[in-house]
Amino acid sequence: MRRGLVERLVTSLLTHMRAGAVALVGLAAVVAPASAELNIDISQGTVQPLPIAIPDFVGGGDTAQLGRDIAGVVSADLKRSGLFATLDPASFVDRAVNPNALPNFQNWRVINAQALVTGAITRAPDGRLQADFRLWDVFAGQQLTGQQFFTTPENWRRVAHIIADAIYERLTGEKGYFDTRIVFVDESGPKTNRIKRLAIMDQDGANVRYLTKGQDLVLTPRFSPTTQEITYMSFGNGDPRVFLLNIETGQREVVGNFPNMTFSPRFSPDGQRVVMSLEQGGNANIYAMDLRSRSTTRLTDAAAIDTSPSYSPDGSRIVFESDRGGNQQLYVMSAGGGPAQRISFGQGRYSTPVWSPRGDLIAFTKQMGGRFAIGVMRPDGSGERILTEGYHNEGPTWAPNGRVIMFFRDAGGQSGGPQLWSVDLTGRNEQRIPTPAFGSDPAWSPLLN
Amino acid sequence: MTSIASKSYLSRAAIAFGLALLASACAKSPSELDSSLAGGAGAGGAGAATPGSAQDFVVNVGDRVFYETDSSSLTADGRSTLDRQAQWLSLYPRYTVTLEGHADERGTREYNLALGARRAKAAYDYLVSRGVSPQRVKTISFGKERPVALCNEDSCWAQNRRAVTVLNNAGS
Repeated sequence: MRRGLVERLVTSLLTHMRAGAVALVGLAAVVAPASAELNIDISQGTVQPLPIAIPDFVGGGDTAQLGRDIAGVVSADLKRSGLFATLDPASFVDRAVNPNALPNFQNWRVINAQALVTGAITRAPDGRLQADFRLWDVFAGQQLTGQQFFTTPENWRRVAHIIADAIYERLTGEKGYFDTRIVFVDESGPKTNRIKRLAIMDQDGANVRYLTKGQDLVLTPRFSPTTQEITYMSFGNGDPRVFLLNIETGQREVVGNFPNMTFSPRFSPDGQRVVMSLEQGGNANIYAMDLRSRSTTRLTDAAAIDTSPSYSPDGSRIVFESDRGGNQQLYVMSAGGGPAQRISFGQGRYSTPVWSPRGDLIAFTKQMGGRFAIGVMRPDGSGERILTEGYHNEGPTWAPNGRVIMFFRDAGGQSGGPQLWSVDLTGRNEQRIPTPAFGSDPAWSPLLN
Repeated sequence: MTSIASKSYLSRAAIAFGLALLASACAKSPSELDSSLAGGAGAGGAGAATPGSAQDFVVNVGDRVFYETDSSSLTADGRSTLDRQAQWLSLYPRYTVTLEGHADERGTREYNLALGARRAKAAYDYLVSRGVSPQRVKTISFGKERPVALCNEDSCWAQNRRAVTVLNNAGS
């Protein structure tokens, strides 16, 4: 039954980030594929977390610690998703398992593990790390997937996230979201004179890097689809404008040549345009700028505040908020402008709409009765659901698979400040995302791989 | 001098009248007044602000107006503050001003940027209608980014829903 370890090159993954590349190779099955599939149905409202055992990846010499660290990151990713119950390593009969051998499944059945991840970290002749892993169905005694990666040692966390994504995808049937980054606003200093810096980090809060120094007030960063650039608003020298920032080169430029404040920017799904609000005489209208031709198009023309535009994933429509009807509500229009259709009709005020990458839902902030909630509705306004609510929750952003929403939460008060949180589409599994200081305005990147 | 300084102790309701007196008494030489009192403005407490100084403007005229929740309509108090500001600015033409519009924290970030702009615009329109040259007035919105009062109650939020008239060349 056992076959060679590496059989075919599946794909080579090139990241656009300076952090470096991770190359992926498929691992052939050690045993024939399972007939009765182990899987998690995440379309249901309540999910029983799948018991999964992730022993330390086998390593030798300087890779022993990396083997432990990588297993730990894989485990933490899966646990935070709420879909997996990671079993306590203290209960393991086998502590470290060679991924190239068939596991002793009985030793995993006795601790009620349904899935098992085995892996090894070795150093390739060229100095790169080689990471092998296999995912097993414990009760069927079958391999579900196996892959091999090569990368530079400083890139080890990305390898762990890619492995976690592969496990998530194999068991849920949907893409993962662990090999992603978050751009957000780091907040420090007194509330009356907050210092705000753009910062970027891995989705689990690791590898924080600051993109601005804090001299200028900066708000609402958003990723381009390539994740190499962000658009955001900066107050500069008393002249608030939308900017583009290349996060690799640090090159920065103003978007458009507008006479007044521009704000609330967001990229189109193809990355060719930035849509934003322009303040004009107490009103705000929505404009799109083509980044190649630099031409701008006015999309709304109302004596109102039209802001927070967000494209549908196919680029054909834009959802935005407007107080044209008296208070903040959500509207959908063609990406070229024209008539807009109101989609929010519940009680309260609706704002900061963001279209899901899957296209099926729009997330929003809702204010009602002095409370702030995060919710979702379909693009036609039906099926509204509140996912979380409290004193202040604001600014949803979608994981690339459309299953998790990140936002910021603030308890208010003199010394209080915002923190980043995530919640499942089901409204379950609220998780705090650690940041070095206060954090707000998160935006989730697409998958890096 | 002392008589002029004492005028500044008048209540805000009476300040327009006080300013009128001040204007008639010293209309030709506000800058002389400034220089002769330079350095002494802070010593005598708030009421002793040098006429024509930034402190005079803040304490005796009132540098800010307040708004109801989610509104950019000027209140009666707001209009009378802006009346005083317009009058003061006509006395001290060396100043240009920036109208900073602000919102309380009980709104979302993008909307509050626009709401702050709307509030600044309302104050701008009023000042211009009272004779202040549009060239002297710039507006900016800070949305909810720069609160002055921090409790989780409307007593604080009401202080943050404001348009503040900032003198640009007050240091000169």
